[in-house]
Amino acid sequence: MHELSPMAFAISSSIKVFLVFSVSLAVVAFMTLTERKVAGFIQDRLGPNRVGPFGLLQPVADGIKNFLKEETMPATANRPFFIMAPMLAIIPAVVTFAVIPFAAPLPTPWGVVGMVVADIPIGILYVLALSSLGVYGLFLAGWASNNKYALLGGVRSSSQMVSYEVALGLSLIPVFMLAGNVTLTEIVWQQQLLGMWYLFPLSLAFIFFVISAFAETNRLPFDLPEAESELVTGYHTEYSAMKFSMFMIAEFSHILTASALMATLFLGGWSIPFWSGDHMFWYQGMLISGFGADGAPVAAAPALWITLLTLLSFIVKTLFFILVFMWVRWTLPRFRYDQVMHLGWKVMLPIALAYVMIIAATILVLDQVGIEGFLFGAVLTLVSLLCTGIFVFAVDRDRIISGSTREPAPPAPRSPVPSGAGVRRVLPAGSPASGDL
Amino acid sequence: MPATVKVLRRPAPGQTSYLRSALKGMGLTFKHMINPDKVTLQYPEEPLELSPRWRGTHVMEVHADGRPKCVACGLCPTVCPANCIRLVGGEDDMGNRYPIVYEIDEFRCIFCGMCQEVCPVEAIHVGQHFENAEYTRERFVYDLDRLMQQDHPSTLLWDPSDPRSE
Repeated sequence: MHELSPMAFAISSSIKVFLVFSVSLAVVAFMTLTERKVAGFIQDRLGPNRVGPFGLLQPVADGIKNFLKEETMPATANRPFFIMAPMLAIIPAVVTFAVIPFAAPLPTPWGVVGMVVADIPIGILYVLALSSLGVYGLFLAGWASNNKYALLGGVRSSSQMVSYEVALGLSLIPVFMLAGNVTLTEIVWQQQLLGMWYLFPLSLAFIFFVISAFAETNRLPFDLPEAESELVTGYHTEYSAMKFSMFMIAEFSHILTASALMATLFLGGWSIPFWSGDHMFWYQGMLISGFGADGAPVAAAPALWITLLTLLSFIVKTLFFILVFMWVRWTLPRFRYDQVMHLGWKVMLPIALAYVMIIAATILVLDQVGIEGFLFGAVLTLVSLLCTGIFVFAVDRDRIISGSTREPAPPAPRSPVPSGAGVRRVLPAGSPASGDL
Repeated sequence: MPATVKVLRRPAPGQTSYLRSALKGMGLTFKHMINPDKVTLQYPEEPLELSPRWRGTHVMEVHADGRPKCVACGLCPTVCPANCIRLVGGEDDMGNRYPIVYEIDEFRCIFCGMCQEVCPVEAIHVGQHFENAEYTRERFVYDLDRLMQQDHPSTLLWDPSDPRSE
């Protein structure tokens, strides 16, 4: 199990970059079709089925259409920023996938190739940093369009991103504490070693991560930046043709990345449940499957079929979350703006903080007592279930999202109406304003 | 039929749960997603079934020898509220009246069907048809030959003894 030579590393990395980029863009293209199909099915329709078998060529038709359409440029728009905004939106969206491991390492004649584009040590921090850069594209688009709806969409997107970035980060802290690292490959490996997906020992963090991911990707019920019914699609109101398409690609890439992240962080990534044959991790330059009883690392045996099987596992998990994204989108109505802010700052932030403390205390106690392995996970699962139960049954009582059931506030006492109401009041001579009041 | 008013009981504050309602809604949408019974009509392949009283573009009935049944009495242009029928009548050697010009502007027509109701010889009919696309506006003025060539079924008149066509 020797490491790759620099030449082999460069070549394999280039191939991986090319493959991951093209595959993720192709998946994004087909997600647009899936979205419309799911929308159709949920509304008892058939969805697009005219272009190609089962409508499979619909993304191609959409792409051709978007390339051929006229690029509009509002006369009052800020030209450089207007052109720059779609680029700024799409670049962070497509590069975040680089750190997500998508399969077990693949053995080749030139060494074992890790199935991740860039296994960088900062892992998930890179994702957080870049995905929050995406808001610049959205906000610049809203501002540069010189359109009130677009600007409102941009303002909403930035405030929403900032609010939910906090909850997103806090929901990840338990994962970091449990894995002891922020590298995604190690998070996958730690889940394999623990013998259970982090979904169970960190269930509340998972719920918060899903909610924040919906907010970060601007999907319903958090699609306030777009809000067709109130803001005429918000920040991309003024965009047409391929520039509009780039915003769509950015949104769908965000969904793809968020789904892959959920699968990696909470569903064991590419690992196959109840099977230890796929335990693989680069440990001090050596691919190991775990540690023996004496603490010595045990070498792993990578194989092509394991790589393919784990790739399949990863694809299934990611697709599941993509479907959940679409399923939720066609179920839930959009939140009000105050509900979004309330949920982000007054509900998720304090509860996530408390949850971090509870998990930290539990891990500390378990470490002190010396419990390890499956029992460790089981105790954490119980604690998390308790927290989730409290969250679901106690906190979610008309507090998370309050509807119209809340008693209306008593009307504010009205200021006494002057007797001459409706009549234009005569101002005393010499008053500065002499127009209508 | 009087309108029925459904009174919804609003839950008291503190009795609602967003998460559980959302999950309930997702269950409902999932049921619809996997439900194979879709309402989409595959239109060009599956033609839309029209009501027998659908009033579409006109049909002029013809005699067995190919002459139009119209006797150029002038009732339909008189009754037409949209004034879309142009009729110039003539008389042959036998004293039979026949239309020299009979044109209907289908753009002006409001498809009320009064021409069919008023026709004493059941010559002009509105028909069960809706696929009327053309490339030019002029093509929407149907002349007598065109009206006689229309082969779609004509509309069933309203029967007062069977007001719902049952």
